[in-house]
Amino acid sequence: MAQPRALILRAPGTNCDVETAHAFERAGGAATTLHVNRTLENPRLLDEFQILCIPGGFSYGDDVAAGRIFGNQIRHHLGEQLRNFRERGNLVLGICNGFQVLLRSGILFEDMGTHDDPPATLVWNDSGKFEDRWVQLLSAAGPCVFFQGITSMYLPVAHAEGKFVVRDEQVLRQLEARGQIVLRYAAQNGSTQPTEDYPANPNGSTAGIAGVCDVTGRVCGFMPHPERHVDRTQHPRWTRGEGSDEGDGLRVFRNAVEYFR
Amino acid sequence: SREGQLYLSLDEMRTIQAHFRTLSREPTDVELETVAQTWSEHCSHKTLAGRVRYRDERGERTFQNMLKETIFAATVEVRRQLGADDWCVSVFKDNAGVVRFLDDQHVVFKVETHNHPSALEPYGGANTGVGGVIRDPLGTGLGAKPICNTDVFCFAPPDTHAADVPAGALHPKRVMKGVVSGVRDYGNRMGIPTVNGAVYFDPRYLGNPLVYCGNVGLLPVDKVEKHAQAGDYIVAVGGRTGRDGIHGATFSSAELTSESESISGGAVQIGNAITEKMLLDVILVARDRGLYSAITDCGAGGFSSAVGEMGAEIGAEVWLDRVPLKYEGLSYCEIWISEAQERMILAVPPANWEAFSKLCAAEDVEATVIGRYVATGRLKLLYKDQPVADLAMEFLHDGRPPVVREATYTPPAETAFAASPVRDYTAELLAILGAWNVASKEWIIRQYDHEVQGASVVKPLVGAANDGPSDAAVLRPVLSSRRGIVVSCGMNPRYADFDTYHMAASAIDEAVRNCVAVGADPRRIAILDNFCWGDCQKPDTLGSLVRAALACHDLAIALGTPFISGKDSLNNEFRYPTTAAASGESGSQSIAIPSSLLISALGQIDDVSRAVTMDLKEAGNRLYQVGVTKDELGGSHFALVTGTAGGHVPRVDAAAARKTFTAMHHAIDAGLVRACHDLSEGGLAAAVAEMAFAGELGAKITLDSVPHDMAGGANDAVLLFSESNSRFLCEVRPDKAAAFEAALAGVPHARLGEVTDERRLEIRGLAATGGRVVIAADLQPLKDAWQQPFRW
Repeated sequence: MAQPRALILRAPGTNCDVETAHAFERAGGAATTLHVNRTLENPRLLDEFQILCIPGGFSYGDDVAAGRIFGNQIRHHLGEQLRNFRERGNLVLGICNGFQVLLRSGILFEDMGTHDDPPATLVWNDSGKFEDRWVQLLSAAGPCVFFQGITSMYLPVAHAEGKFVVRDEQVLRQLEARGQIVLRYAAQNGSTQPTEDYPANPNGSTAGIAGVCDVTGRVCGFMPHPERHVDRTQHPRWTRGEGSDEGDGLRVFRNAVEYFR
Repeated sequence: SREGQLYLSLDEMRTIQAHFRTLSREPTDVELETVAQTWSEHCSHKTLAGRVRYRDERGERTFQNMLKETIFAATVEVRRQLGADDWCVSVFKDNAGVVRFLDDQHVVFKVETHNHPSALEPYGGANTGVGGVIRDPLGTGLGAKPICNTDVFCFAPPDTHAADVPAGALHPKRVMKGVVSGVRDYGNRMGIPTVNGAVYFDPRYLGNPLVYCGNVGLLPVDKVEKHAQAGDYIVAVGGRTGRDGIHGATFSSAELTSESESISGGAVQIGNAITEKMLLDVILVARDRGLYSAITDCGAGGFSSAVGEMGAEIGAEVWLDRVPLKYEGLSYCEIWISEAQERMILAVPPANWEAFSKLCAAEDVEATVIGRYVATGRLKLLYKDQPVADLAMEFLHDGRPPVVREATYTPPAETAFAASPVRDYTAELLAILGAWNVASKEWIIRQYDHEVQGASVVKPLVGAANDGPSDAAVLRPVLSSRRGIVVSCGMNPRYADFDTYHMAASAIDEAVRNCVAVGADPRRIAILDNFCWGDCQKPDTLGSLVRAALACHDLAIALGTPFISGKDSLNNEFRYPTTAAASGESGSQSIAIPSSLLISALGQIDDVSRAVTMDLKEAGNRLYQVGVTKDELGGSHFALVTGTAGGHVPRVDAAAARKTFTAMHHAIDAGLVRACHDLSEGGLAAAVAEMAFAGELGAKITLDSVPHDMAGGANDAVLLFSESNSRFLCEVRPDKAAAFEAALAGVPHARLGEVTDERRLEIRGLAATGGRVVIAADLQPLKDAWQQPFRW
């Protein structure tokens, strides 16, 4: 089919839209960035795209809680369209603040809880502050389109509210059983063990969870920034000969684009 | 005038009186406010751009316009020498300096200070300092896209005893935490990476901290020119106007006192980064659609400054009652001079108004027509159709009586450096690595998003564990290009106590060599000056500034690095009441900050994949010192940690410096250098230690071969810790050694030793004094000493 089209949905305070669009294009897709107001005015706009991506930033200043306002907008005004979008076999990706938005919107874990009693959420880092640092990641794709063929990645995180917590053990077991935990913080390079220890786990996430997907595997959200590692010179140790010409992050975008080929 | 917080001089008030006598009427309140703001130090830089009679040991010199005849003059000369290759585009004219970068994009740079607000309210002051400087590139040409921030702070030591903090001043640790949080929250929310910075500590910053905020932007080459036209609407875009930031411009002309907070608390603005991000998003779209003919930021002086400047050649009529307010109850005066944040002023042709207002509405950004540019040559303000001001633009912008100042400078007599040699300098090295100025700033850096926008190539922290101190930041701001920019800075207030000429020269050398150390081309480095000084009504204080400006002139020409923008912040003094215990008499005491010149450098690199970092890379490689070590321990960190006075302050041999930078660049550009670190605070010893623990590799060097100029014979302490300028330490592969030495032919350089795979630093002293090991330490204790101070 023709070049898959990705919609980068921005809101006031979104600030990773340019490099995210660039990553989709490097991966062979065609990216369009639109203000959320446009889709609220005309939800049919979604029909023109195969991929919807909510990039990082501080949507609406992260007032109340990170991603809360943008998430509620989607839940109240775009929920139906988003579900239809997914049912048509399309992909939805939330990065960092976008993950926070997807989580608040309720689309990730629809069958596991209500908005008032969510199965999982993202809270303040244990460190109590915003931090920008690179982390070693373990991936287990399961049903998730975005991580097919990926077992490990080296990416930066840059957030203050990225600690993934679950309502109870039950939720954790269910997510694990269904293979919805697609990304975890690893103890160190080469390790196959997820960790809850700082700083390898930058925020104290339960079971080292960095990213999850929905039951279809076509809706996915995570805290690390793959769009910040699509070129060798973005690797913090490229001058030491580390990293590859194509940064680890590019594979996530390529998986999304290739899915429609 | 002081009561009204106008801070006009007697002479200025007389001029205003005379002007209105000729009009046979009294000035209105808002007219007085407008004149006070326009003539304020902050907005007109009347001292440095004024007449100065300067005397030093070499004689007397009279300036008609001090800045123009020193710093501007240097830029003019550098551009003349560049001739057809001149890469400056717009300097000292617009809100930021503009230089060539890519065929279709220029790069712009501006650094501001927000000292007084940060002293009263660290978080809010620093927060709006960042917000304010971002609007400078955005208000440059028809609007540049901000691509990175740089932030430099000066505080009193965080371990200052609470009892030593005078009334009205905040504890330095509290100031520092507030300032860092303020910068973090604004920069991160705007999605602008904070990639470079530095922090300097000195007890004299107590009560008067310094907060320098800089921003770099990208400006399309066809968007440099802007011209408001008569008939254009005056449009206010962005945040609403409130009572915050009243008298910020005039307040900055005042000395800080223990009462400043109660008197001028309202001068501190309140920031909202998301409002500014929305403003930025809309303006860049409107710019590319050509919807407006001019733009400028509302900074100090608010509308008064923005409208006045943009309409200076035309004339303007403003309808103050149309201005959208945060809340009711503002007087027309307050509306006119409020420094409420996140506002820009645009000149929009009536024909484009509908399209422009639609665009803003589509992104929930408020845009309001508040007046019109009219070809009257007058500034007319109306409130509910009542004229409240009617000033001739000419009087406003050219009517200020010239400031004439006396300036004298007497360099303090040089005294010998009185430190007796010791057998082992490991303790001194550990103390230097743990000194506040040198110690790791990772606690700050990690709180800043330094990678958003995806341009990061050389990060502020580098090395095997991503935690070594980088000399400069390298970015690739246009993701489809391999060309990069380099951002660095240089500053050393400690040298100012010896001679502000050499302090300024050293700051320039440091900023430029930091750029060169990571791979910048020395033929394409632009620099900025930010003077933060004490009360320049005192002849010796102004004299020390003029002397620094003379160094800026000389070095800029000698190195071929033009100044493209600058700013000054005077009156950085803090006055507080004292009570003489004995007599019980109460008086007052004033602390003046050290003369603080920040030099910021903006370099360029053809291909970012040629950049180098400072961390050691492979055992077996050779270590070379490039540049000459001189007996210059005056003001050094060795002097600081050993409590030694005297000595010679580092000077710059400008001709040698330029040769060294050129040769270093050739070596780096040819791929002959695996690691490069500039020699600065702590000299050779600190540099080799940092390179070793950053690379998690050992180093073994001997001082015998260190290039030096000490006829009387060198000694270990000088070779280890002297802070002589224009020096680098380089790691070179054995197979590249010959080519490296060839590239540096004609520049003093010498092989000092090797990189080893045992995690240990060993430095052997001069054979003449026994050739014993003078520094020996494992890497971990060295790194711990460096990281411990800011493990907060």
